[in-house]
Formats: sequence, C-alpha cells, structure tokens
Amino acid sequence: MDFQVVVLAGGTSKKLVPLVSKEVPKALLPVANRPVLSYVLEQLELSNIKDLIVVVEGADAALCVGGWISAAYVDRLHVEVATVPEDVGTAGALRAIAHHLTAKDVLVVSGDLVSDVPPGAVTAAHRRHDAVVTAMICSVPVSGLSEAGSSGAKDKTKKPGRYNIIGMDPTKQFLLHIATGAELEKDTRIRKSILRAVGQMDIRADLMDAHMYAFNRSVLQEVLDQKDKFQSLKQDVLPYLVRSQLKSEILINGAPQGQQAKENGNDKVSYRILANASTPSFHELYALGPNGSAPVRRTHKCCVYIASNSKYCVRLNSIQAFMDINRDVIGEANHLSGYNFSAQNNIIHPSAELGSKTTVGPHCMLGEGSQMGDKCSVKRSVIGRHCRIGSNVKVVNSVVMNHVTIGDGCSIQGSVICSNAQLQERVALKDCQVGLGYVVSAGCEYKGESLARKEK
Amino acid sequence: MDARRVSQVVPKVRQVGFVTHSDPNPPPQASRTQSVPIESNSGTPYDSPDFSPVMIPPPRHHSENLSHLRSAAVAVPESSSRRPMWDDRVAVVGSYNPGNSLLGQPVSPNSSEVNSEASTTLGWFGRNSSGKFSAGSSFPGGGFDLTTVKMENFTQLEGKKPEAVPERGGGAAVEVHNEVSSSTAKAKTTKAERRAMQEAQRAAKAATKGKGGGGGVEVNNRESSSNTLKAKTTKAERRETQEAQRAAKAAGKAQGNKPVAAAGGAGPSNILRQPSQNRDDPAVGSTIAGSDRRGGDRPPERERKKDVPPPRMQFDDQGRVNKSKKRAVFNQPEAKNRVELFRHLPQYEHGSQLTDLESKFLELDSMHPAVYKVGVQYLAGDVTGGNARCIAMLRAFQEVINDYSTPPGKTLVRDLTAKISSYVSFLIECRPLSMSMGNAIRFQKSRIAKLPLTLSETEAKAALCNDIDRFINEKIILADKVIVRHAATKVRDGDVLLTYGSSCVVEMILLYAHELGKQFRVVVVDSRPKHEGQALLRRLLAKGLSCTYTHINAVSYIMHEVTRVFLGASSVLSNGTTYSRVGTACVAMVAHAFRVPVLICCEAYKFHERVQLDSICSNELGDSNDIARVPGRPDVNSMDNRTNEKNLQFLNLMYDATPSEYVSMIITDYGMIPPTSVPVIVREYRREYLLI
Repeated sequence: MDFQVVVLAGGTSKKLVPLVSKEVPKALLPVANRPVLSYVLEQLELSNIKDLIVVVEGADAALCVGGWISAAYVDRLHVEVATVPEDVGTAGALRAIAHHLTAKDVLVVSGDLVSDVPPGAVTAAHRRHDAVVTAMICSVPVSGLSEAGSSGAKDKTKKPGRYNIIGMDPTKQFLLHIATGAELEKDTRIRKSILRAVGQMDIRADLMDAHMYAFNRSVLQEVLDQKDKFQSLKQDVLPYLVRSQLKSEILINGAPQGQQAKENGNDKVSYRILANASTPSFHELYALGPNGSAPVRRTHKCCVYIASNSKYCVRLNSIQAFMDINRDVIGEANHLSGYNFSAQNNIIHPSAELGSKTTVGPHCMLGEGSQMGDKCSVKRSVIGRHCRIGSNVKVVNSVVMNHVTIGDGCSIQGSVICSNAQLQERVALKDCQVGLGYVVSAGCEYKGESLARKEK
Repeated sequence: MDARRVSQVVPKVRQVGFVTHSDPNPPPQASRTQSVPIESNSGTPYDSPDFSPVMIPPPRHHSENLSHLRSAAVAVPESSSRRPMWDDRVAVVGSYNPGNSLLGQPVSPNSSEVNSEASTTLGWFGRNSSGKFSAGSSFPGGGFDLTTVKMENFTQLEGKKPEAVPERGGGAAVEVHNEVSSSTAKAKTTKAERRAMQEAQRAAKAATKGKGGGGGVEVNNRESSSNTLKAKTTKAERRETQEAQRAAKAAGKAQGNKPVAAAGGAGPSNILRQPSQNRDDPAVGSTIAGSDRRGGDRPPERERKKDVPPPRMQFDDQGRVNKSKKRAVFNQPEAKNRVELFRHLPQYEHGSQLTDLESKFLELDSMHPAVYKVGVQYLAGDVTGGNARCIAMLRAFQEVINDYSTPPGKTLVRDLTAKISSYVSFLIECRPLSMSMGNAIRFQKSRIAKLPLTLSETEAKAALCNDIDRFINEKIILADKVIVRHAATKVRDGDVLLTYGSSCVVEMILLYAHELGKQFRVVVVDSRPKHEGQALLRRLLAKGLSCTYTHINAVSYIMHEVTRVFLGASSVLSNGTTYSRVGTACVAMVAHAFRVPVLICCEAYKFHERVQLDSICSNELGDSNDIARVPGRPDVNSMDNRTNEKNLQFLNLMYDATPSEYVSMIITDYGMIPPTSVPVIVREYRREYLLI
C-alpha cells in the first residue's frame, strides 16, 4: 500500500521516573506483563505490516529495545531499530531517519500507544483525501490527562483543566485547529481565514491527539528541512501544517496543486469534471477563489480520524496512565492483552503458588513462578514473574513488576513496584512508586511518594 | 447497411404505423366476409382497445410468425441473391415490413425500398403483397407500430425463434398461421399464393411437430377446410374460432394496434419486454445454432455468448448473496427492511461499511492503493457522476498498469486481465458500476486481450496507458466538446433552459452558450436528498448566468416559461430509454406534456445495448438515512431513528428510466439523433470503439 511505518519508541521519559531507568526504557515498561511496545507492534502486525522502523532515543535504550524485539519477533516482523540521540524530539527523530523513508506516505506511531484502533483506518482516511497529514484523535481518558502528570491522581477534587483544543469542520474530517499543552495557558487564537473558509468549526476539548499520524513523506521531509527548529511532531509540525493549510508554502508532488501546473487542455477538462462531480471540500472552494475559475491559492488538507468511543486508545505517557492502562488491559479492554481469562476473570499462571486462604480477585494477573503466602488478598492488580509475596499481604490497584520481594503484612494500594524492589515487613504504601531495586525498610508508611535509588 | 440509412428509414416507418390504424381497417372487414370468422380478427390483439400492463404481451405472435415466414423465405430461390443483405441484422426490418407494404402504403418515398427489401428477403410474401393488398390487410401485422426499437428487438430475438416455436407450439403460433392461411384462402389463388400456403402449412407442421398436440391438428383441419370451401363452418372451424378468440383476447390486452395514445405509450414497450427477458436467458446461447446456419456472417456462437452479459446478481437470492459475501473484501451488513419490489437490488446499511473498509486498508495486500482510493471515494460518495467515476476508475487502472510487472510464469495478458477483474469486483462492492463504466471496462479488457504478443512488457504497458488516455480524451472529453458545440446551436436568444440535477455536460453547454454571448436564462431544478443542483447553481452564478432555482415538486409550474429542457444521462439504452438520475423521467414527462422539447446530452460511450423498460429490474438503492433525515432541521427529524422499524421501509432510488417518447432528441458525439437511433450507434460504433 506504499506506506512506511515508523514507531517512535522514545527513550527514558522523564515523566515516568522512577518507573523507567537505563535498564528499562519506556518502550519496555510492562503492561500486563508485556512490554508496552508489543501492543503497537502487534496491532501493526495484525494490519499486515511486516516492515517497520523503530526509533529509540539513546544508545542504551536502543540496545535494550533492539534486544527484546529481535528475541520476540525474530521470525515475525522485519524491524529496523534506529538510534537517535536523546532529546532531539519526535521531529528530530524523524529528521535523523529521513534517508530511510522512501514510500509515498509515512505512518508515524508512538511506541507507547495502547490501542485497538486499526492503523489502516488512519491511512485510509489519509489516502481518501490526499491529505498532507492525518492525525488520529481519540477521546480523553476518564481519569485525566497526561499533562496532569502524576499529581492528577492525588487531588481528584481538582477540576480537570482543558489541555487539548481541537477544531474540526462540521463533517469531522478535517483538522482546522489544534492547540495542546502549554499554548493553552494563553488565549487561543484561531485563524480567521480558516474559519471564514469553512464557515463553521466544531471545537472540542474532550478529544486528544493519539499520536498516530499519517504524513505525506515529501511534505514531511520538506517541513523538517525548512523548519529546523521544530522539535516535536505534536507541538510544532502538526500545528504548523494545520495553521498553514489555506496558504500552503509546501510543494506537494502528486497532489492537485502539483498537477495544476502541468495540466493543459484535455487534462484540465477531466480535472474539472472530476472536481465538479465530487463534493468539494472547503479547501478546494477556497483555492478556487471568489470567482470560481482556476485555482489561485495553494492549499493542503489536514485530516483527522476520530477513533470511535468503543475502541480503546490510550497513551502511556504518565504514571497515572501507566496504572490506568494496566488496570484496563486486564479489565475492560482485556481483548488487548492476548491472554485467556479464567472463569474468575483473572489470569493466574499455572506455575504460580498461592498460599491457603489467599484470594485473587477478578481483573488480576499473577505472573509465572510467583509465590504468595497465606491470607493474602489481591484486587485489580498485576503481579509480575517470580515475585515472592509473604503472608497477610494486601495488594489493591497496583502494579508489581518482576522479581519483587514483599514481606509479610504489607499493604500496597495504588502503587507501582518496579522490578527487583524489596519491601520488608509491614510496609504500607499508598499511591507510591518504588523504583528499580529499591529497598523499603520494615514498618515504613508512605503516601504519594516516589521512592527510587539515587542515580550515581 | 449503414447507419444513416436506418436513421432515415426509422421515423418514416413509424409514420406508417400511425397512418395504419385509421384507414386500412375498413377494407379488411369488407374482404373478410368469407372464410375467416370476423370475431377472430376483430378480436386480434392488435385491435383490442383495452390494455393492461399486467398482461404478458405475446410477442411470440410476431416472432413465430416471422420465423415461419422466414423459413419459408429461405426456400425461395430468388432471395438467395440477396442473401448477404438478409444476413445483416437490420435486414430483419424488411422481414417485418410486409405488414406495412401489404397495407398498400407505397406513399412514403422509402416504401419502395422497404418493399424491395421485403420482397427479396421474404420471397413469397413480397410477391404476395405486391399482388393483392386487400387480402393482405387482414393480416394482423398490418397495424404494427414499427419502430426500429422493435426491430432491434426482433433481431435480438431472431436467434431463438427456431426453438421457440416447437416449445410453445399450439395456441398462438397456430393462430397466426390460420390467419395467414385463411387470408390466402379467401383470396384468389395465384401461383405464388398457393406456394405460400404450402410453405405456411409446412412451417406450421414443423412447429407443432415437437408436441404433436391439438394445435397441429387444428391447423390442419383449418387449412383443409379453408382450402376446400370458402365459408363452411365445420365443427373444427368453430372450435378453432373460439380458440382464436380466446387467444386473441388474452393477447390483445397488451398488444399494439391501438388508438394513437396507447400506441405511442406503453404498448410497444410491453411488447419488448419478453424479448429482453429472453435475451438474458442463458439457455439462449446453446440453441442458437440452428439460426446460425442461415445467418452466414453473423458472429459465431462463442463470440455471441461473450456478448451476452452474465445474469446480474439478484440480491433476494439468499444463497447467492451468502456466497458472494464470502468473496467480499469487506463486510457490508444488509439493510433489514427493504421494499418488496426492490429486494433484488443490493441495499446495505450505510455508515458501518466505510469504517470497516477503512480499517482493512493495510490488510488488503493485493489491492492497488489507487484502486482502493477510488473505491473508498465511491463508497463515501466523494466522487459521483458517471463521467467522473469513469475517469477516476480509468486513472486508477492507469496507475495499476504503470506499477504492474508480470509475475514469473504468467503472461501479461491473462494476469493483468484477472487483476483488473478483481479490482472491478472490488469497485462493484463499493458501489454498483454505472453502465458507462461497464463500457470502459470492456474496452480496457479488449485492449489487453488484443495486445500483440510480440510487445515487451514496458511497451505493452505504455500502449495500454496510452489507450486509456485516448479513451478518456476521445470518448469523454472530446465527446463532451462535440456535444457542447452541437447543443449550443439549439440555444437561441431569449431561451429559458431547464436542467435537472447536475450534469457536467449540460453545465458545459450552458457555459459555452453563455460564452458565445447568447442571451438565455437557466432554470435549475433540484431534488432532495443530494441537492446536486446547488453546486451547479453556484458555478453558473459564478460565471454570471441568470438562474432560477427550484425543486422538482414545482417543476410543472416553472415549465410554462421554459423553452428547452437539457438533461444529462447516466446511460441511454438501445430502446431509447434514458437511464438517469431519479427525477429525470418526471421532468421529461412534464416537459412533454407542456410540449417543451427535451434534449438529452449523453456521450456515446454511455450507450448500452441493453433494453430496459422500467427502473425496477436494474437500479441502485441509496442510503435510506438520506431521505429519512433532513439536515439542519432537527425539528422535522421524526424519522431519524426509525430506519429499523419493522413496518416501515425506506426507498431511496438512485436512477429512473425515461421512456423514449418523452425525449425529443439525444445529443451525442455522433450528432443529434432521435432516441430510436440509439441502437444504430450502439451497433455501428461499438465495434469501432473497441478497436479505437
């Protein structure tokens, strides 16, 4: 289909500290005991995409990710892992691999997207309109936004702010305005020319950019070349393309504008027949100018694909999101996890050992080789592989990664315990994150704290 | 026979038909006194005034009659000299003309020609007719409203006459023979006459041989009785009379020779129905052989079979639908509540199909992106209109061919044809093809099939792309230009032109006439739910034309001031029926009633040899939500959520068929023609455009 797929796996995101580290880059964070990247790759594999480029920030992270991919997908996918320096941003990452891109269109997917929206839908919408960029947009998760950070969960009383403003045309096919994050501190400005051309604009604050874009390759490369200050696709490139859609400065090969130049005589007539017969988008109307003759203005189209509400689509870009996704993947969106759920609606690996009077509730997952003592209770939590959990431990709404040791009488609520961490007896954690290999000494009580080893 | 001659002949023949019913009727009654029971003739189908469209018309009268006549004609030595003529399909016109010539209408200048043709083609009958008109006038064929259309139909039908006769045997066929024989009997028996009678007898015998039923016996009785004495009513004859009356009554309900009003209207079209149905019958092909012996230079059977389109998918056939669903590229839920009459057409629940198709985008490996894009655009309604859809499809195929490389072990001709076929079936899934697209696809495939084997792959690809370019340029764009030139001559200063919907060629005509400086006004008639007219209106206004915009429910009020009606067409069928956006027939009918000329503008590549009498058997159903919902008016959207209600069915038809009576002229790239000449164009130019 002449599409190339680029997965931006990121590196060690600062937002996710202390969950991520040099050993565990963001792409390998476990969601229901599988690296988050595998969700994207599997979705792509389902869509029959075998060749893809995974871009990882930082050499160490790239090594980890590359190692994992080659082990897991050795005979299934043909993956090229590209390394880019850290802090170049998404736009910079694409700039760095630009020479690999050859197809007509490029599908850029964020590696932290957990979704069951078929990527084909985005690409189809893109092709249908010959768009320059098509962005997938999904509804904002209930629990709040990524930009709210880890604090979002703490003070639920805080009214959710508006972090995304997305303007669309009435048919919900074209993107007219997009503003995210920091821009919204100030007043939002909407282009008058666009508004005038469309006539009506739907402005939504309950949608967010899912970071799956289909770009016209030549346009993308041109923009990246010209605007070398652009750092992020989401915050620079996309808004730029949306802003300039009615006074396009880019040369599009193959799009109507390009043809117009070489058209003459009969081709022009056939073009007009086609144009007259099809329902014109506002772009074409605007391009035609007031007298409706030959196109005088250059435009390009920015489309959106709105994921329907029945689909699951969340990005893992905050600790809160990490917990939500973990909960959802073994809960309401359990078709994503790829596991078979037992009659009790949970997954307990056959090799896991449970003590007497230990209960594992629904929407739970217990990894391979984990041991639990007596009188434990696990509710809506994920417990990784080879964990050793003592007796009388309560785990609620939490994620426990691999090789974690939890002493007797601990109580863990809404927390994330990273691999190799150790919790001694009678530790009580609430809304905490325990970093890799951290040891929580006996009897400590923490609430809403982030515990991690100091970086050397 | 060249096309021009036919188009000259046609209207005149038709005129004869009109004259017929008024004056020739009295003489037959006078001359009929003797042997033939009057009732049997007065009750013949052709005179019966009452007409019910429900009755199945018995065209077999003509056809079988003809077949006999023809089989007789073959035996006549004189005709052999003109054999090639006869073999030409149009020559059948002659075979059908005896009725007219018998009526003693040598007035029209071409009637001599017709006569000569008749005499050569049907040896004995021609002589018979020249000999005695009065006797011939009792022949039921006298009052036929002969149009080319009908002839065309009979030509189509002729292939199967031989086997049609033994099948049906008795009743009608025999009756006709009786008429013939009786008419000959009561006349003075010239030598030719006698021979004719023998021929007829022989034919009748042959006809009834198959079943050997009562009919045959009857005929023989009848023959003998009428032969031996003139007006003696034997028991057999009385029975025969009754028989004939009964048959005639049944037949007469649908039959032709009627007062003017009926003759012009549905009469002929009903006659046509049966042939057109029969034509689709797949069994036809195998039994053609017999007639082929006669038709020397007719295409061989195999080729003919190719011409016969495969029977269209009937969507009320559950088994087939399920089978085709397995092959389908994407999932289309069928609409549950469908109107009974239109169950055979595909109707889907709109809305979900697009997302389903979109989500499969990357999975459809075999699909070329360009074809996929066109398919999505069809499905989403981004591209509509016959020309635009056709161009979009051909452009996509061009890309396919450009990107094509022959897989090892396969030949380009076969593999590419198969590929294109699979793309076409995908496009059909997205939206049923228009007939113009069908023609374009046929052209495309024939070009591929005729590629010389010596060409290398790149050369072949270049040749095919070039062919597509030429097709688009010559058949669509240049054709449009020619049509515009022609049509502009029909626009005079002070005209008020009415158009319906949005036809790109009509738009070009209006703009061109405006550029020429003609002073005219345009009435744009529009309809729900698509409101295509608004886009047209916008473009016309932008060019400074003065326009009136109205909806189709007001068309009868605006028609007073209109001087010409220009309409576009999706297709023009060979019986002159115009297949076009729903509402066109209504506009044309109103215009006809107001005596406003209706000009159909249609490129010749949209002509199709199919014959269609109604818009039921082949049509397209749109989204029922379109008509259930009024955009921007939430207050009147009471139907909004009721599309799944059990006792409510929505019908959103896309096309309708305008009978040729309402059309004054068809403006096409070969000139301005009457609707009756469409089959000529189809026949004469199709071969040429397949060759391009």
